[in-house]
Amino acid sequence: MFDLTGKTALVTGASGGIGGAIARALHKQGAAVTLSGTRADALEQLKAGLGERTHVVTAKMDDPTDIDRLAKEAEAAMGKIDILVNNAGITRDNLSMRMKDEDWEKVLQVNLTGTFRLTRAAMRGMMRRRHGRVINITSVVGVTGNPGQANYAAAKAGLIGMSKSLAQELASRAITVNCIAPGFIATPMTDVLTDEQKKGILGRVPADRLGTPDEIAAGAVYLASDEAAYVTGQTLHINGGMAMI
Amino acid sequence: MSDIAERVKKIVVEHLGVEAAQVKEDAKFIDDLGADSLDTVELVMAFEEEFSIEIPDDAAEKIQTVGDAINFINSNSKS
Ligand SMILES: NC(=O)c1ccc[n+]([C@@H]2O[C@H](COP(=O)([O-])OP(=O)(O)OC[C@H]3O[C@@H](n4cnc5c(N)ncnc54)[C@H](OP(=O)(O)O)[C@@H]3O)[C@@H](O)[C@H]2O)c1
Repeated sequence: MFDLTGKTALVTGASGGIGGAIARALHKQGAAVTLSGTRADALEQLKAGLGERTHVVTAKMDDPTDIDRLAKEAEAAMGKIDILVNNAGITRDNLSMRMKDEDWEKVLQVNLTGTFRLTRAAMRGMMRRRHGRVINITSVVGVTGNPGQANYAAAKAGLIGMSKSLAQELASRAITVNCIAPGFIATPMTDVLTDEQKKGILGRVPADRLGTPDEIAAGAVYLASDEAAYVTGQTLHINGGMAMI
Repeated sequence: MSDIAERVKKIVVEHLGVEAAQVKEDAKFIDDLGADSLDTVELVMAFEEEFSIEIPDDAAEKIQTVGDAINFINSNSKS
């Protein structure tokens, strides 16, 4: 089950905690992978660990020309893009009253607009081949909201609505579009939280621990597989029971 | 002129998987050639690429037959 031999995947944010785990898991199932992010050294390091069937293309997700180039170069390197994992994401937290326009805009641009642009660039090939998997990494807070994260929650909620629309547009071409909504996962993104903050959050997680990037990657492998061909427009919540929705 | 018609018909055959004989100038993409709305978008984008032109959305909406496409491209392409 969940064999991805012969499939190709583009993973953004592969230099980060969750993206790296997703790239490794897809690769382990047999897929060729293109790793993207802004830090070439981190991507090259991951590539060295994975070995063959691995490519690196750096790109800034807030730069439209970079995004088009990323889609083209990934397609050229692997011959096609079967699986697109939109995982690159940032936070710029602040209470709304104190939130600057640029923090709002930057988060929307990278997390939402960049994802739309890259998906649009990748979907033509998928349509032609009558096969595709788009997996967008959203967040539990896109559904529940979170004080201090109005920008991030808006972008992540936006991804869910966007994915449902794309899922309907593309279903007849055997392309599925789904989201994974991680809860609280141990990565560099959450390392910056204070112990106090972490304790507060864990109080709301019935599993009483942080999730691991591998637990998110397992969901991505499933959604990428042929076995999940009939699953589209859905959000898979992986959050230790933090929110049951 | 006829060259444009040939190229348009070739694209239609390739994209819709229909027989060349079916691709008459009065054939409607949706009613006669089995296209759906996504197919028509793909066709318009394929025409844009092939002829290096831009087909605005309001013009694209009016392109309903193979002949409509040939006419639009005839009057808008430089090549
Ligand atoms: N950790 C959690 O608890 C959690 C919870 C819910 C959702 N998520 C989501 O999961 C995804 C991955 O998060 P993570 O925890 O793995 O975070 P992370 O370790 O900080 O990784 C973020 C990734 O995004 C990339 N990135 C950031 N800005 C970029 C830009 N402008 N252009 C291109 N790439 C950019 C980074 O690339 P470079 O480092 O190379 O710049 C990095 O690879 C994000 O979408 C995040 O919102 C995380």
